Amino acid sequence: MAGDLTYKDMGLNDEEYSQIIEILGREPNYLELGMFSVMWSEHCGYKSSRPLLKTLPTTGPQVIHGPGENAGVVDIGDGEALVFKIESHNSPSAVEPYEGAATGVGGIIRDIFTMGARPIAVLNSLRLGELKNERVKYLLDGIVAGIAGYGNSLGIPTVGGEVYFNSVYDNNPLVNAMGVGLVNIDEIALAVAGEVGSPLILVGSKTGRDGIHGATFSSEELSDDKADKRPTVQAGDPFMEKLLIEACLELIGENLVAGMQDLGAAGLTSSIAESASKKGRGVRVDVSKVPQRETNMTPYEIMLSESQERMLVVPIEGAADKVIEICNKWDLEAVIIGEVTDDGMFEVCVADEVVGSVPVLALTDDCPLYLREGAEPEYYKQHKAFVEDSLAEKDIAKAFLDLLASPTIASKEWIFSQYDYQVMTNTVIVPGAADAAVLRVKGRNKGIALTTDCNSRMVYLDPYKGAILAVCEAARNLACVGAKPLALTNCLNFGNPEKPNIYWQLQEAIKGIGTASLALDVPVVSGNVSLYNEKEDKPIYPTPTIGMVGILPDIDKRQDMAFKKAQDLIVMLGDFSSALGGSEYLYICHGLETGQVPEVNLGKEANLISLLLQGLADKIFNSCHDISEGGLAICVAESALAGNLGCRINLVANQLRKDALLFSEAPSRVVVSINPENVENLEKLADSLDIKMNIIGEVTGSNISCLVDNEEVIDVTLDKARQVWGEALKCIMA
Amino acid sequence: MKSAVVIFPGSSGENDVFHILNNVLDERVDLVWHKTTNLDDYDLVILPGGSSYGDYIRPGAIARYSPIMKAVEAFAKEGKYILGIGNGWQMLLEMNLLPGAVLKNANLKFICSDTFLKLENNKTLFTNGFKVDEIIRMPIASGFGNYFCDEPTLQELLTNQQIVLRYCTDDGRLTPEANYNGATANIAGIINKEGNILGMMPHPERCSEDILGGTDGLRIFTSIINKLKGVNI
Amino acid sequence: MFIGNIYITLKEGVLDPAGKAANNKLRDLGFTNINNIKMGKFIEVELEAESKEEAIRQLEAISEQLLANLVIENYRVEVVEGDK
Repeated sequence: MAGDLTYKDMGLNDEEYSQIIEILGREPNYLELGMFSVMWSEHCGYKSSRPLLKTLPTTGPQVIHGPGENAGVVDIGDGEALVFKIESHNSPSAVEPYEGAATGVGGIIRDIFTMGARPIAVLNSLRLGELKNERVKYLLDGIVAGIAGYGNSLGIPTVGGEVYFNSVYDNNPLVNAMGVGLVNIDEIALAVAGEVGSPLILVGSKTGRDGIHGATFSSEELSDDKADKRPTVQAGDPFMEKLLIEACLELIGENLVAGMQDLGAAGLTSSIAESASKKGRGVRVDVSKVPQRETNMTPYEIMLSESQERMLVVPIEGAADKVIEICNKWDLEAVIIGEVTDDGMFEVCVADEVVGSVPVLALTDDCPLYLREGAEPEYYKQHKAFVEDSLAEKDIAKAFLDLLASPTIASKEWIFSQYDYQVMTNTVIVPGAADAAVLRVKGRNKGIALTTDCNSRMVYLDPYKGAILAVCEAARNLACVGAKPLALTNCLNFGNPEKPNIYWQLQEAIKGIGTASLALDVPVVSGNVSLYNEKEDKPIYPTPTIGMVGILPDIDKRQDMAFKKAQDLIVMLGDFSSALGGSEYLYICHGLETGQVPEVNLGKEANLISLLLQGLADKIFNSCHDISEGGLAICVAESALAGNLGCRINLVANQLRKDALLFSEAPSRVVVSINPENVENLEKLADSLDIKMNIIGEVTGSNISCLVDNEEVIDVTLDKARQVWGEALKCIMA
Repeated sequence: MKSAVVIFPGSSGENDVFHILNNVLDERVDLVWHKTTNLDDYDLVILPGGSSYGDYIRPGAIARYSPIMKAVEAFAKEGKYILGIGNGWQMLLEMNLLPGAVLKNANLKFICSDTFLKLENNKTLFTNGFKVDEIIRMPIASGFGNYFCDEPTLQELLTNQQIVLRYCTDDGRLTPEANYNGATANIAGIINKEGNILGMMPHPERCSEDILGGTDGLRIFTSIINKLKGVNI
Repeated sequence: MFIGNIYITLKEGVLDPAGKAANNKLRDLGFTNINNIKMGKFIEVELEAESKEEAIRQLEAISEQLLANLVIENYRVEVVEGDK
């Protein structure tokens, strides 16, 4: 059954190959080599990132399961928990955007219901190149359609996410999907292989040749000369997945399952090895029992296939027949393909003939780890040295409109209107209405809030500070809707970690996530790593996407970003800033991606979050919106557009540049609107938490007007602003 | 009065409808598996939204051959009441219990959006709680929401007042811009000649509670309940 | 065994936005000689039948019952490969 790939083609180096020979005491055969190569890939083995990931804070009273399971689990009270994780599907989406994105959604949803949770929401964090590039438009169109096609068909709402556009993603789009599920704590299922003699039941789709070595190739740089080596991209079948969800949740509800594991990257090899390793078991698998979609498949192909919509179920003793019966009720094929053994070996057979045999733990635990040396890149100090004083003053009114039309800032309705965000009737804050999505929990008073965030330009300029900003923004976004941040999941999208500068980015970013997550008490409970995101030596911006969940004790006290009432006062919480480094303004209006990343004070951020939560609990705020891309001016405009109410802002420059005052993206700042009666209450609250508050204007009229030192710099009608902001993406994609 | 909400493989709206009838309205309602063959216990059958059988071939094309559909046809013949929502409407079209067919949305994309609707006929069991020509708001969520029928069928629908809902602007104009998915004559919902089967693309179950931002959908359900229970309103 | 091909097309007068979109895009790409595109479905069927005529009758039956919706679609069948 020899194939034509060498161990190097499979992504293993000389030392790793020698190590395999040492483990086995002989040369591996082709099947065994394939099994090692996928399990020891970055995607499955985390060989470059694991030593760094170990430093992240992962515990807290709210954490039920941290990293190491299919997804993280946090307690939300009433005996219920949220199960969530974010995962990348970057390289498949670069090749075939529709199926790549669709199967990304499918994969993350399987991680959720594998834990026994009912999937209740999907979010998507996308990074694409410049939309003037036709290929990028094609990618965006396909990726969005793929997410919609899969998620909508499953009947799981896609409730939020984010999209950024930058030319560094021209050839390397990022598709990060976050899945969220709700589970009763006493029904959480884990991936363990049960008792010796337990059957292994494979449920779902037949196995084909799709995606063989997907895990390996997602861990390598894509270069054109390897085009022929690329695996065929997997195609998704959301209908099959929907049946799997219902069947698996029924199996767990009926208490028939000892362990359950989905088949994702590295297919049967990974899911069986992961399950068996948990209890130090062995397994014997007969590949001839595996239902096959194609003819003449080799054991190698069957063990490495990444065909979608398959689950491995290990039933409790005596429950195999009942498991198969329930699967059949849902029109699913369920077949016993092997059993748990006691010798710690992963034995692959064709009927009675053993065709491969390797120690389970060698696959899962002996993956070599690489503590690499990071090196600070040249660019870091150069960008930091940039001085804003040298910038030419731009026409503020024009800059404002240009920012509104920037695809990163403009309305994303073209995207989210393709997603069914309402199915399951829990979505009480819909996409585009606030800084985070809010879902109710039927029959409870509480709600949950979800967000994904990462400004990767900031991370590029300063990976440590940029990663802190990403965590802070996520937490602030949750607080803006009234939710206390609980825990986070991260998707670390980086270039080739074997390059010292990239490894440095990874090191610094992980350090930043750890620092912020400790300071704000949002432990890291799950995550995924996607390295080697570069083509022709051009790496993407380091993009550690943060997915965060929070809880609203009283859902009736939720808030969105829309101005609600004329004569309400507009208040900025936080400090005015001169920092323009890394801003969208520099990028759009000056063509620059440089500067010093704004300082962040984690103590202040924590206090601001407390202030928001207290103010919302006291019903002081009539709207809440955090200042991010585009700065204060865009923040206010978005609240005005959401509420269809004009506003008049009057700022005092106080030696600051006008453009910095209006467009700085310094963190820890939020714009709220309040009834004038509440000024005193807010003053007291802000004072007690040492947060500056400035009344900067009022909700009035039908224009967005900004004055600096009583001089009008922006005056745009709502209709005009809505046209510019609302139509930008739609027009580009038409 | 008792309702049956049918579960098809791949459907997803059944729990949303069940929630409204059971939890919000406190009515008797069962979720019924698609292999059920007896609907004698029920006064109302609801075919829910979603993607039965993955919408493969055409939405509703496979579900129409589910074992329960013989009973649904018999139920319809007896003059009992059937409501098809989204994919449920598509099934009723495929079964020829309602005239016409659906096509892909004119913009070729799935559309999830709030829509304004003009209520054209309030003399039905399903809409007696509305005023005629009232403008209401309900969300749509579909990739195949583009209702099509040929000219003679359209004339017949008009003559018999079978058009119940049409997409319109917030002030009630039947413009092409308000016609999100490109449907023939802005049609969002139709009833059969006999008046016992309603198919509609918008989702009333998604706007039946204040917390979800609207309650116009609830009035569809209360119209049915009040009439079936003989309550005067 | 026979292999049958079923071609399903939209009826005249039924809006075909996918065909229109493809047509417009192709003209953008410089294929200005393209006048019209109609999108349809092609289905390949392997079936057992006594005769070619019987195979055609079968293909017509499955088209009418499931594969085509005669309200909006036309279908055409052919048998391309005889008994092996």
